[in-house]
Amino acid sequence: MSVPTFDQVKVGDELPALKLPRISRTTLALFAGASGDHNPVHIDLDFAKAAGMPDVFAHGMLSMAYLGRFLTNWAPQTQLRHYAVRFSAITPIGAKLTCGGKVVEKLEHNGEQVVKLEIGVVDENGELKLSGDALVALK
Amino acid sequence: MIDTKHIGRQLPSTTFEVEKGRLRFFAKATGETRPEYIDEAAAKAAGYRSLPVPPTFLMGADLDAGIMFTLLDELGVPIGNILHGEQSFTYHAQVCAGDMLKVESRIADIYQKKGGALEFIVKDSVITDQNGVKVMEARSIIVARNPKEKAA
Repeated sequence: MSVPTFDQVKVGDELPALKLPRISRTTLALFAGASGDHNPVHIDLDFAKAAGMPDVFAHGMLSMAYLGRFLTNWAPQTQLRHYAVRFSAITPIGAKLTCGGKVVEKLEHNGEQVVKLEIGVVDENGELKLSGDALVALK
Repeated sequence: MIDTKHIGRQLPSTTFEVEKGRLRFFAKATGETRPEYIDEAAAKAAGYRSLPVPPTFLMGADLDAGIMFTLLDELGVPIGNILHGEQSFTYHAQVCAGDMLKVESRIADIYQKKGGALEFIVKDSVITDQNGVKVMEARSIIVARNPKEKAA
């Protein structure tokens, strides 16, 4: 896939969506180990219930990692300057997430040409799980 | 209530070695299959010194050292009551396998909403590499749910 250039990219351009497989308990077990987030609320049903949750739920950082893949699919991560999200809803077991985003601004930032992206993750019902923005330097 | 005297507090600094095996495990856990994230030769062919650290991987540097969970324990916040509110990263240089990082974090703010039903802990971190170069800055906002406050 070719890397977008600053001149090619227009405000309003949509980035190619990234569709993820359904989140399973195995997904969360693997992510707990790999990410270092061992909070049992994500991997231990007994603990989650004792904490007042109906079931274990996905790590917010799992969705942020997926959204990171989505960003670096579009442009190499050496061009990623800033990446920020706000988590808005819990992602339950079984969710099918999709990452999306669009170009909202072209600007100069620290002497570089960058584009600002509005990005987010939704589930199969269109519910927003997290949203945020990213700055990507383009040549 | 979380005591706001902790605002401005510097947390213990920690070191984190970026290991290839951990990066491959992270790739597996996040469904990453692009060769430059798994195979060192492919990473080098793509211009990286070794396997590159993906954009959100360095949360692990903090988590492995247990800084946040130790702090929450000390502040009396049950781990089952926390949610991740916000997270941001600012990148200054690409981190790769083999790098030895230093993480320095401080509590930037503590505040509450909804009459104390939700409390927020803001933690800022600066990560430097083995050459003393600042490679990344991160901000985490953790939300503590206080069911008792809500009921009261």
